[in-house]
Amino acid sequence: MDLRFTPEEIAFREEVRTFFRTEIPAEIRAKVSEGRKLAREDYVTSQRILNDKGWAVPHWPLEHGGQPWTTVQRYIFMEELMQAAVPLPLQFNCFMVGPVIATFGNDAQKARFLPRIKSLEDWWCQGFSEPGAGSDLASLKTRAVRQGDHYVVNGQKAWTTLGQYADWMFCLARTDMEAKKQQGISFLLIDMKSPGVTVRPIITIDGRHEVNEVFLDNVEVPLENLVGEENKGWDYAKFLLANERTGIARIGMSKERIARIKRLAQTTPAGEGSMWDDLDFRSRLASVEIELKALEITQMRVVAAQATRDPTKPDPASSILKIKGSELQQATTELLLELAGPNALPAAREEAGHNDMESLFAWADTAAPTYFNMRKVSIYGGSNEIQHNVIAKAILGL
Amino acid sequence: MDFDLSDEQSLLKDSVTRWAADTYGTLEHLAAARAAPLGFPEAGWAELAELGLLGLPFSEADGGFGGGSVETLVVMEALGRAMAPEPYLASIVLGGGALRLAGSADQKAALLPGLMDGSTRLAFAHAEAQARYDLNDVATTARAVEGGFRLDGRKSVVLNADAAKTLVVSARTSGNRRDAAGISLFLVPADAPGVTVSAYPTQDGGRAGDVALADVFVPADAVLGPLGEGLGVVERVTEGAIAAVCAEAVGLMEALHGLTVDYLKTRKQFGVAIGSFQALQHKAVDMFVALEQARSMALYAGMMLEATDEGERRTALSAAKVQINKSARLVGQTAVQLHGGIGMTMEYIGAHHFRRLAMIELMFGDTAYHQRRVAAAGGLVSAA
Repeated sequence: MDLRFTPEEIAFREEVRTFFRTEIPAEIRAKVSEGRKLAREDYVTSQRILNDKGWAVPHWPLEHGGQPWTTVQRYIFMEELMQAAVPLPLQFNCFMVGPVIATFGNDAQKARFLPRIKSLEDWWCQGFSEPGAGSDLASLKTRAVRQGDHYVVNGQKAWTTLGQYADWMFCLARTDMEAKKQQGISFLLIDMKSPGVTVRPIITIDGRHEVNEVFLDNVEVPLENLVGEENKGWDYAKFLLANERTGIARIGMSKERIARIKRLAQTTPAGEGSMWDDLDFRSRLASVEIELKALEITQMRVVAAQATRDPTKPDPASSILKIKGSELQQATTELLLELAGPNALPAAREEAGHNDMESLFAWADTAAPTYFNMRKVSIYGGSNEIQHNVIAKAILGL
Repeated sequence: MDFDLSDEQSLLKDSVTRWAADTYGTLEHLAAARAAPLGFPEAGWAELAELGLLGLPFSEADGGFGGGSVETLVVMEALGRAMAPEPYLASIVLGGGALRLAGSADQKAALLPGLMDGSTRLAFAHAEAQARYDLNDVATTARAVEGGFRLDGRKSVVLNADAAKTLVVSARTSGNRRDAAGISLFLVPADAPGVTVSAYPTQDGGRAGDVALADVFVPADAVLGPLGEGLGVVERVTEGAIAAVCAEAVGLMEALHGLTVDYLKTRKQFGVAIGSFQALQHKAVDMFVALEQARSMALYAGMMLEATDEGERRTALSAAKVQINKSARLVGQTAVQLHGGIGMTMEYIGAHHFRRLAMIELMFGDTAYHQRRVAAAGGLVSAA
């Protein structure tokens, strides 16, 4: 039993830490840290730099650009990336559609898509959820009917994150109407420029455009864009969602936010001193830090166990990471909001043309939107209530 | 990074777990043991000696087995799971810890063989009623006299005081009540003239006692560790005890969670097992998450116990105690709730786990105390 990293792992940590902090532009990292909106170009710039280093998709198979890293190294890489406020490599590309194509796609699909997925030359979005299919994803209604050399797809997808930037969508559609729920679903790759694809923005609770509705109206999809076998899409989706849980605790992000709160607290006036002098505030902060430390070790336990697990099967223990990790992310945004205090109220000062953005409280403008936005983390990726069901069934046997 | 026990540690875990389950597998066994005059059977203590547990944390040079913090935690978790009433914490972790850390070669030679073979026991008489959790708050005095010292004062809630032949007593040799400097430790025979032990059962099924010291003479060679610098030893001993009760609590929570899940599967209402109700499933999952978070922090406590940086070590142990306390409260309370009426009764073993967990929260610093310490130290995440 030894919870420490080996000297080699520590050297690796230093290497990735230095790279992130010197090679990824500081303006982009500042945007991430401060909760400001990232432009499409910011994501692309950051991922290109990682890709040029060979680090955009270290968890992929070696022949497609992965790295021969241990599970511990991968864990260190992601933690350091988050703590340096580097934008995560686009999840839809690197953690979702990429691994599915690499595992279940044919050679032509691998050659055509994988290089552009990791370099972010193609931006992908996820076409899973529908207005009537959220947690109960298998009740999805979008249908794909085979006509000659293509499918004709009709339906509506919801909560399509950053779909406004997307070149491609990976989509679940029903190809067999007679089959039972989880059967009869296929995994299709849809060019967003196809006639019949309409993207409509949904403005979320933070006032921003992050997600969309996507309408599919007689969209023609070539048969060659079917991944794997027809009617086996649910299996691929399950594989993908297991991948999604990797690093879902976002511990590095919570640490980064806590570090920022500590720095800001020292310059935020309160009474005769600063918020950092307020031991009540610091005690609430400490409470979150303690739970986060516990979760960090819990995550390392899950990571250590991964080395001997079947990587295609989800580890139900990762549901703990989802539940606690999302709760703690949300708790850090609550502390940030508390720190901002009444200065959190102003919205869109910059857009309104005020030029006092260099003021002491310029940072506070994003505190409320960050708090609002992060309510999503206990909903997406399988809501926390669904994660409770997973643990109750798979671990407790209830 | 390696979370596996070594082969030897696994063997240790298996043997203690088996012994505890065989000896205290039912509430009847446990109740019979607690009814013994000292709150545990002498035979049980002798068996722990035979298993080699009493010599576990002491160095091979001192005749022990040279176990580290992981070994102690393995034992505490296994004893905790079965609520074994033997005074391992009081005598080996606390009293024995002070002797291990501060004892001279002569003192160890005089006391350790008996401690390890089970013929003698120690208790750690440090806390005083007014001190709450402040380790530096010591009103008991030790006056230097011809050939030794005379001790006066009162020690409060000394764990298993009535089972000890020798007490490790802290007393002021200089300074004021709350000064960090001037605290010294003494080895005091429990039957020395002027020592009165008023023993009583505790809320968690154990025993403790208040120790009155009235002009108690001890010779100069009874001083344990450097004169006036006992606080450092007290802090190290307490840190060891925090890690130990963290592990004990993990064992208790694991047992209680297991009982609760079993109950959910077997108890029927409305014609079905109550574990089929989602409201109850989710509470059982919350218990499980709290247990795993506590397990992680107990491991952290064990690792950090051996850290050389004093500030880092202290903050880490405080953080661990906060997590264990919070988990203990959630797991304990939820277990009682999910059991319904039966969980409220002394005839149900889970109620005893709950009581012990609730008392552990108050030992060696409660949640508010340790959370303040973490906050005052600037927290765990670097601001840089």
